[in-house]
Amino acid sequence: MANEAEVTQSGSNGHTAPESIGQRPKVPITLLEDVTIRFAGDSGDGMQLTGTQFTNTTALHGNDLSTLPDYPAEIRAPIGTLYGVSGFQIHFSSKEIHTPGDHPDVLVAMNPAALKTNLGDLKKGGVVILNEDAFDEKNLKLAKYEVNPLTDNTLDGYTVYRFPLTKITLDALRDLKMGTKEGARSKNMVALGLVYWLYNRPMDQTLEWLKSKFGKNAQVLEANTRALKAGYYLGETAELFNARYEVKPANFKPGRYRNIMGNEATALGMVAASVKSGLDLFLGSYPITPASDILHELSKYKNFGVKTFQAEDEIAGICAAIGASYAGDLALTTTSGPGLALKGEAIGLAVMTELPLVIIDVQRGGPSTGLPTKTEQADLLQALYGRNGECPVAVIAAKSPVDCFDSAIEASRIALKYMVPVILLTDGYIANGSEPWLVPDVDLIPELTTKRRTVKSDATFLPYDRDENNARPWAIPGVEGLEHRIGGLEKQHLTGNVNYEPANHEFMVRLRQQKVDGIVQDIPQTEVLGPKSGKVLLLGWGGTYGAITTAAERLHSKGVSSAHLRWMNPLPADLGEILKNFEKVIIPELNLGQLRKVIRDKYLVDAIGINKIQGLPFTPQEIITAVEQYL
Amino acid sequence: MADTPKVPTPPPFKAFPGKASVAPPPMQAKTAPTPDLNVDMPVIALTAKDFASDQDVRWCPGCGDYSILAQVQRTLPELGVLPHQMVFVAGIGCSSRFPYYMNTYGFHTIHGRGAAIASGVKAANPDLSVWLATGDGDGLSIGGNHTLHILRRNFDVNIMLFNNRIYGLTKGQYSPTSEVGKKTKSTPYGSIDYPINPSLFALGSEASFVARTIDRDPKHLQEVIKRAAHHKGTAFMEIYQNCNIFNDGAFLNLTEKDVKDDNIVFLKQGEPLIFGKDKNKAIMLDGFTPKVVNVADVSADKLLIHNEQDPILANILGRMSEMEGFPCPLGVIYAHERPTYEEQMTEQITTAKSKGLGDLKKLLNSGNTWSIN
Repeated sequence: MANEAEVTQSGSNGHTAPESIGQRPKVPITLLEDVTIRFAGDSGDGMQLTGTQFTNTTALHGNDLSTLPDYPAEIRAPIGTLYGVSGFQIHFSSKEIHTPGDHPDVLVAMNPAALKTNLGDLKKGGVVILNEDAFDEKNLKLAKYEVNPLTDNTLDGYTVYRFPLTKITLDALRDLKMGTKEGARSKNMVALGLVYWLYNRPMDQTLEWLKSKFGKNAQVLEANTRALKAGYYLGETAELFNARYEVKPANFKPGRYRNIMGNEATALGMVAASVKSGLDLFLGSYPITPASDILHELSKYKNFGVKTFQAEDEIAGICAAIGASYAGDLALTTTSGPGLALKGEAIGLAVMTELPLVIIDVQRGGPSTGLPTKTEQADLLQALYGRNGECPVAVIAAKSPVDCFDSAIEASRIALKYMVPVILLTDGYIANGSEPWLVPDVDLIPELTTKRRTVKSDATFLPYDRDENNARPWAIPGVEGLEHRIGGLEKQHLTGNVNYEPANHEFMVRLRQQKVDGIVQDIPQTEVLGPKSGKVLLLGWGGTYGAITTAAERLHSKGVSSAHLRWMNPLPADLGEILKNFEKVIIPELNLGQLRKVIRDKYLVDAIGINKIQGLPFTPQEIITAVEQYL
Repeated sequence: MADTPKVPTPPPFKAFPGKASVAPPPMQAKTAPTPDLNVDMPVIALTAKDFASDQDVRWCPGCGDYSILAQVQRTLPELGVLPHQMVFVAGIGCSSRFPYYMNTYGFHTIHGRGAAIASGVKAANPDLSVWLATGDGDGLSIGGNHTLHILRRNFDVNIMLFNNRIYGLTKGQYSPTSEVGKKTKSTPYGSIDYPINPSLFALGSEASFVARTIDRDPKHLQEVIKRAAHHKGTAFMEIYQNCNIFNDGAFLNLTEKDVKDDNIVFLKQGEPLIFGKDKNKAIMLDGFTPKVVNVADVSADKLLIHNEQDPILANILGRMSEMEGFPCPLGVIYAHERPTYEEQMTEQITTAKSKGLGDLKKLLNSGNTWSIN
């Protein structure tokens, strides 16, 4: 475990065991600075739920934390198989952290397949907690183990705790008259209870949650409650563990916090943008992993006037949003990579008609269907360039689960101010990952101003007239005297009438580009962490923020700084100068070097890439190792 | 940007570089007295002119589209909806230039997607009167999916599908309604594509209103437009339209004086399907099979009586247009109102709001929260 502190601490302080049982002397509690745990099991074993529960309890405890769910694309992959393994990693700490951890300290493995696919990631000497009941001949074969890893040297060098979790579960539920299969389902709760005990966490939050989730099904509620407690008491009575651990609360800024996932934050950000602009929010969307949760979330908020429209396809999703924008709503469409490809032509229409629109792409592994449940940053070039014609689109990227909230508001603000479509890039990692969020003061979120024109002015109405930002007026159907026609054919300057004249076309193409370029005035100065000039600048964008920042922090003393981009188009005005201050610019990306291409193109800087394309986020150590060869 | 000096700066945007006049269109004298969307009747009567924009109409001379445009502009003043309360949406194709010629709000969108965009417009503002101009290629080929879904959802949108059985704007390829064997630029050996019947497609897509009419019968066209406008829900109009450049005469049997009476049966609610130059022919049903009979040979109570609300009959009438020896039914084939998408959407929102308006502060602070002091 990382950074062990004082070893002796009584386990009696605070909220430890809910009921005092057993006569055993208290196991001493070891203080740790941070811990990474990975729960892994079959995709039917409830590992996401187990991880989420541990996360919520840990958040309430006041730790900083970061989570990484990792699950298969199949809803219920064949039981016991290697590709059916579902994992959930949580990194929690008494200090500020930015990533879900490099290597887990603890692996909870519910079956052989989970052990096989995850053991390699475990820290040397790490703890393995496993369900030995699952290590039968059939499961070993499915996991492609020729020899039972519990009997050979596979687990040498690790601290292994074997429990018959299935049997313990069934024993605890014996008098409930549940079938073996049904009863055994609660074994994830036994594992969770055990880990709660081991990390000195109270069960209250999960007990409450079980009540709200299964309140109507007394038997299931009872089964899960008993299983959770059985796990907790197992730790207390098994006399196997000679230490328990505690990670003290982190030193957070005062305020109200909640734990939040990226997609949830994105949805809340859009609701906030709707409230702050005074416009109804319209979402046109087609379900796609990993973006669907934004649709699910927003469909709940009818009391905010949110209209969600599950369209027949990706194209209809964005087109309905464009229609709603034309009619005066704050319009949104959400998707992932393949869907963004389908929306390309319609994005061009929004560019041509200069309508405000937010397009959210939760990036996943590509190309084609690719890796639907895994993360990647390979849609940057698609977002920047993936359309016919000269078709500039403003592109912003969120850096963390919490940042999705601010980025959604910022994307809306720019769309409304400049009358443009804005693409917001998030990714599967930050969309499904979570971290504590200091809930913002609603009154401090600025109002969003719009170009809406709802009354007839005295002057003749020109639908393609411009303000100082080159934005055209947003004349809403229903207003007398502002009747006008728009469309995808080239527009005549000012009047918006169809126009094929050569000079007008070039003028309008340049004007649309100039308008998007002009957004640069809204982009704050780029923050450089570490020395402002020197050997190496680590330049990143999007969801790699946590890993890059952590890596850079560990390398500041060796002359490594970092900067993170939020706006991908336009790029911040000061970026060119910043790049010149460093001998080397290194760009870590979860793609083959898309930002690197853009930087080389725009600034003629010979940037170096660190590229990982495995459907997984960077660990800080991977970046450090790669950077060190240039130091 | 500081380090991209070589990018030429666009001319100042107000100084138009071309020769064309940038003078805006003169504002038309507006007769409508009030911007209130809920007012049904304008105080001062509008005319067709009030619905015509200042743009030159650019269809080929002799195109059937001119008649459709004229009938729409003639009918709208009678509907009691003011120009600024209307949105004409279109996809791509000859028919889809329609919005440019209407002095209403208008949106010429992208190929096939008009139905989806019109759905968004209506959802955003249910008070607007939304119309969609589309064609057999736009609405049934590239946009077939969206046509299906707007119909089953039943947004209150009026769809005019101009069916000329050819691709006009791309200069003469066969369309999804072209007959088998048709020789076109892309089918020099004759088309092997089996055609779709638009009205049947609409019925199969759970349309709540399906009507068929033709460009060359202005009176009938106007009647159908009026019926569609008054129908609450998606009103699907299949309008036979002659493309005199690439498919001239496609509907000659329905337009030529000497044959049309024998080839058309006009549908009237509650009345028998009588047709023929001498009004001496009628339709009766033998089980589900229609038969052409002489009126004189059959007692009146045996004749098929039109019932717009009968979905089974609607399918028989939709199919009849392509049955050998039968007349083509024109008129309202099916009309049966059911709740529209937007009114149900609005109702859900109203109900949710009545239980407590959304409070952003509460929302952000919901879930498991904890405080650090």
